[in-house]
Amino acid sequence: MLEFRKEFFKDERDDNLNEVGQPRQRQDMLGHVTGRTRYFDDHAFEGLLHLKVLRSPHSHARLRSIDTAAAERAPGVKRVIRAADVPVNKNTLLSLINFGKDDEPLLAVDKVRYKGEPILAVVAESEAAAYDALAKVRVEYDPLPAVFDVEEALKPGAPVVNETYPANTFEYHEKYNHQKLRFGDVERAFAQADFVVEERYQMSPIEHAPTETNGSIAAPETNDRFVVHSSTQALFFSLGTAAKLLDVPSNRLHYIGGTVGGGFGGKVDSLTEPLSILGAMLTGRPVRYVLNREEEMLYGCPRGAERHYIKDGVMRDGRIVARKVTSYFDAGAYTRLSSYGAVKCAAHIPGPYTIPNVCADVYCVYTNRTPATAMRGFGITGVDFSLEVQMDKLAHKVGMDPMEFRILNAYRDGDMKAHRREAHNCALIECVQVAAEKANWPISDTYRRMNSLTGGGGERAVIPATATDENGRIGGGRPATGTTSRPPAPPPRVPLPAAAQPRAPQPQPAMSQPRVAPPPPAPPPPAAQPVKPAATPQHGATRFSSVFGTRRR
Amino acid sequence: MPKHRGRGMAAINYPIGMNLGGDPSQALVHSNPDGKFTVTLSAIDLGQGMKQVTRQIAAETLGVPIADVYVDTADSDTGPHDMGSFASRGTHRVGNAVMVAAKEARGVMMEAAAEELEVNAADLDTDGRGNIHVKGAPSRAISVKDVAIAAQFRQGKTIAGRGIFLIPLSEVHPETGEMSPVSCYAHACLVADLEVDDETGEVTMLKMTSAYELGRAINPKMVEQQLVGGAWMGMSHALYETPEPYYPDIAHGPRDFNEYVMPGPGDICPHDIAVLERPAPDGPFGGKGPGEMCANPVLPAVANAIFNAVGVRIDELPITPEKVLRAIKAQGGARPQGASGGRH
Repeated sequence: MLEFRKEFFKDERDDNLNEVGQPRQRQDMLGHVTGRTRYFDDHAFEGLLHLKVLRSPHSHARLRSIDTAAAERAPGVKRVIRAADVPVNKNTLLSLINFGKDDEPLLAVDKVRYKGEPILAVVAESEAAAYDALAKVRVEYDPLPAVFDVEEALKPGAPVVNETYPANTFEYHEKYNHQKLRFGDVERAFAQADFVVEERYQMSPIEHAPTETNGSIAAPETNDRFVVHSSTQALFFSLGTAAKLLDVPSNRLHYIGGTVGGGFGGKVDSLTEPLSILGAMLTGRPVRYVLNREEEMLYGCPRGAERHYIKDGVMRDGRIVARKVTSYFDAGAYTRLSSYGAVKCAAHIPGPYTIPNVCADVYCVYTNRTPATAMRGFGITGVDFSLEVQMDKLAHKVGMDPMEFRILNAYRDGDMKAHRREAHNCALIECVQVAAEKANWPISDTYRRMNSLTGGGGERAVIPATATDENGRIGGGRPATGTTSRPPAPPPRVPLPAAAQPRAPQPQPAMSQPRVAPPPPAPPPPAAQPVKPAATPQHGATRFSSVFGTRRR
Repeated sequence: MPKHRGRGMAAINYPIGMNLGGDPSQALVHSNPDGKFTVTLSAIDLGQGMKQVTRQIAAETLGVPIADVYVDTADSDTGPHDMGSFASRGTHRVGNAVMVAAKEARGVMMEAAAEELEVNAADLDTDGRGNIHVKGAPSRAISVKDVAIAAQFRQGKTIAGRGIFLIPLSEVHPETGEMSPVSCYAHACLVADLEVDDETGEVTMLKMTSAYELGRAINPKMVEQQLVGGAWMGMSHALYETPEPYYPDIAHGPRDFNEYVMPGPGDICPHDIAVLERPAPDGPFGGKGPGEMCANPVLPAVANAIFNAVGVRIDELPITPEKVLRAIKAQGGARPQGASGGRH
């Protein structure tokens, strides 16, 4: 059952368009429902070879020796591909946007960092022949201690998962082991809050479970190029990744794809294309590499686990006055996209609410498990679960209806968000009102009359004096975990902005210098005066600031 | 009474497009000599409907019927550069690129028509049915087909357009996290009604009721497809799915769909949906994108409904029967929280 509520935001839309807003049938519908749509694996090639990889049985181990002699003599085997055969055997996916260091080999070198990591590949006349040959490879391992928990990985003496990041955390801005978000002064606000609620949330990894597993077919063409039929959900991303790993110009690869049997984020990582192409280069024949279902589920990069600690200060009347979040994204053994997901999380804190004091520390942590990747709602799904269960607990604590509690704290047009941009185009309040109405969930007239267009801005658009800190500096040791707060002196109550005030437009700040307030324990009552920026740090986010597409090699 | 009903809700917003921007998409549009258009992309259709969304945007912008436009996706030799289909960037980023390309092609088409009709191009409009006419004088018209023929064979013009859409990369402040993550957000609120069995810990979904705000709905039927399917995925994330059921222990990894537990057809429930459209100022015709965000409100709404039903807080996903049962036992039995939120 679905209805359109056209009465909302009617003035902002033209509802009389010819094609936009019309329920046209998809151009690809008939192909999909009759099973005639062609996917990457529906392309036949004469002399097709099949590639399979040998995967580590250990979560963390040194590779002492690899003996492939028997495998190379096995029936049907055309080629064994070893790490030394990969032209540029180190990459990180986001090097395509110049973010992060190369930290992952296509085939393992010296050691394996997760159970299932590819060590070598066999190209054979059939999948069965490839599997038989893999069974004949002899590898000697020296198992190493492994770490699986994000907070264990941050403790002194924890096994180093990935030597590119010896502290087991991604490096942000070349100096921090986490991404910070600082807005106002949470510690001072906690001291003034009627209630402080601190909770821990956890999301386990999740498999994308697409109908079509990751796979590709690469074939040599007669013009010194290779055609690649791929299931990727990021065509040029995969092309660029393969071109880098194989050290070929991009125009020697001709990718064809575009019709994919489910992705949900699990087909961004180019899991198969570089090896298919390398196989085709080394054998001169078409090579197909498709993950089987077990590989897809165990080694095909899941949505990563997340752990969030949320500490909130809330007043008796339901206003949230402070929110502090410490988050750990479990990247697994390699960065892939987790470093990006963590920044997206930082931008999302504190959720769709206007809270005057916000603090977040978001870590991207390495553990000895299958590398995590993007998935539907990347960087947000686990955060929203945590924030919204927390909101339910807070509503319960102050004895408010959960719907009214959301509306009271919801962001509105003109409000300043914690990442220091003014909110616009808001619609949370309206969604809550409509859901309540549809579910026959009673809310009071006061909350039924509120809206996103009015009541925001004014004092709610002000960037507060902000307490910054030196926590988490690399070189200063490992970060403190959890969210314990120091005991502050109880200052007088700060008058907080009411929920509904006339909006006064505030100039949108350019990337501004943060107003830095002196840290507690000497809070100046009542509202902290904006202090002249003293020793203001420059926004030298060098890793983010390069031109897109500039490739680090 | 082993079975307890519960009701919970959650509200969310979702950032549209790659965080921090810096993720351009390109598109090309060209016409055959008879006025039929092809859009070429390297974007991907994962089933979410990329081809159809961009087709409708192109047709609307060109001012021609939908049947006169087809979209070709994902050939790196013909489709210009695109980052990929992820981060809710399809409708917003690719849609905008297609709009830019279609506008350029439309400009050439209108100039060609103006030459044929001997009027100023600014005085012309399309009727969306394959004709171009003088504004206020529908009888002074020429078909798109005749314009294309004239452009190709008499005027020597190519009715084609190039499009790119880029939100420049934002910096991130290392100390404060100041940044411009995205340009618009989608919103949702969802109510979950369910039943918890206090002898088995099993949760049965009874109903979902929701309101989603996702900018302009380019194709309402495809919006419905996304919201219905996405909410099921959210329900599955909430109650069933993980390859590591005892995380951080990596044991019990699933090898197939017998071992990776997901809901079946009998486990899903009715979903009553309202769609609100607050157009994104920089979206194509105000479009944002419903695909990713629709799963997110389900997870916390389910957790909150379980608390309402039996009084236990399960703060670790997924909320398996084992976790529910252990929590009920630790609490000394189910403690229903009462008929809050109008629950009957």
